[in-house]
Amino acid sequence: MVMKWLKRIYAGLIFIFLYAPIAVLVVFSFNDAKSTAKWEGFTFKWYRTLLENDYIMKSLYYTILIAVIASLLATVIGTFAAFGIHYAKQWRQKLMMNINSIPILNPDIVTGISLMTLFLWMGLERGFITMLLAHMTFCIPYVILSVLPKMKQMPADVLEAAMDLGATPWMAFKKVILPEISPGIISGALIAFTLSIDDFVISFFTAGNGVTNLSIAIYSMARRGIKPEINALSTLMFLTILILLLAINKRSSNIEEL
Amino acid sequence: MLKKISSGPYWLWSLIFIVVPIMLIIVFSLSVPGDTFRFSLENYRRFMEPVYLKVLARSVKIAVEATLICLAIGYPMAMILAKMHLKYRTIAVMLLVVPMWMNFLLRTYAWMTILNKNGILNQLLSLFGLPQMTFLYSEGAVLLGMVYNFLPFMVLPIYTVLTKMDNALIEAAEDLGANRGTVFLKVTFPLSLPGVLSGVSMVFMPAVSTFVISDLLYGGQYMLVGNLIQQQFLVVNDWHFGSAISMLLMVMILITMSIMNRLGQNGIEQGGGNIW
Repeated sequence: MVMKWLKRIYAGLIFIFLYAPIAVLVVFSFNDAKSTAKWEGFTFKWYRTLLENDYIMKSLYYTILIAVIASLLATVIGTFAAFGIHYAKQWRQKLMMNINSIPILNPDIVTGISLMTLFLWMGLERGFITMLLAHMTFCIPYVILSVLPKMKQMPADVLEAAMDLGATPWMAFKKVILPEISPGIISGALIAFTLSIDDFVISFFTAGNGVTNLSIAIYSMARRGIKPEINALSTLMFLTILILLLAINKRSSNIEEL
Repeated sequence: MLKKISSGPYWLWSLIFIVVPIMLIIVFSLSVPGDTFRFSLENYRRFMEPVYLKVLARSVKIAVEATLICLAIGYPMAMILAKMHLKYRTIAVMLLVVPMWMNFLLRTYAWMTILNKNGILNQLLSLFGLPQMTFLYSEGAVLLGMVYNFLPFMVLPIYTVLTKMDNALIEAAEDLGANRGTVFLKVTFPLSLPGVLSGVSMVFMPAVSTFVISDLLYGGQYMLVGNLIQQQFLVVNDWHFGSAISMLLMVMILITMSIMNRLGQNGIEQGGGNIW
């Protein structure tokens, strides 16, 4: 009995540790004072200044635009790559998988500066395109890693069977392979999207020329100290995440009930 | 035909965006500034100076501390979660994951508002009549930021291994007369080793290479290897020296990872063969 309560208290303390900072941000986003020292009344003014802040709004736009384009392109390239890798000779498979794991294992900062060096060497000015290329580079490996297991689960000779029955390779890919691996493709795309939306380090080194994402905007504001607008932004982001996760949870439990 | 060409674009892509950049970093690290390439080990020699070695030592020390604290706090949490009733478990795991979905910079920023000179923590202290303290811009603040950001990365892999564990093994050990401590030391912990090792590398890797946490919670001057690299590339503009530090960091992490992998494989063998 004592043990049971100890466990509950322990778990409770961990959750308090995880949520207290977020709760502080949420509460102080409604505080009518610039500092977090004192509560001086309820206000929505930080939400208004947030929405009027061009810098943040522009970086929000770039964050979503890059995440959508990068995850879509990464999913297409990654899916075809996984398909090719699955049917490739053993040594090629091994080599590809090793190269593929470099962006996953390497610290973000090394990936960031090496891409920055590449863009400089190629004479590409840092901006939207370089950031997009960088995001695709770190997204594709995760797409491959989530598609490849689905390829392995397929019976080995479905492709041959389909082509024996008269399908062209493209038809066989579309009608036989694609439906089988689609759960892997979808989860790969989702991973790519969240990675891209959340990335800071690699974007920090590869963006430029007025193009920033939300993480870079938060960083440059936070470096200059406490900003109530960031509290308001945190609250909105936290709400979005909560609603999204609850929706996903609800949907999956509905599917289970069916 | 389709089989052959479908991975073609990615071959080209990984050559340009993965292999070439690493090559460039290697070439930069092995040369000195100038119009033409001149081979030199000067950048690596320079890193051996005490100033820089101290930065490296501090990074490793603080990352090891963060990893150990995460393990000490996270392991009991993983056990509690794994033994929870299924009804509550889904919710509890979700509660653990939600903060990870928050932007990493916002999570770090949150601690700035708490630890700050006029922050909540100092308000609480003065409420109890205690003297104000400076929490922010200290090594402790950086450590706290790391533990806060990376704790879920430790709990989740351990939790996954623990839920997959065969309960019959624990019951068998208890039937054979082992007490709780012995069961944990001889059965539960060795079997959970793969989870522990992946948790350790998932905390240590980002902790040793971060520059954001130290920048926001410590401020200013180079504190960790990550800050040093960032400064070399964006402030000092010595890309050759920056590349050399990056190479060292990369090699260090790859070695750590391969040690972890090897340990993980041994752990499974000692744990009684191919159970899963």
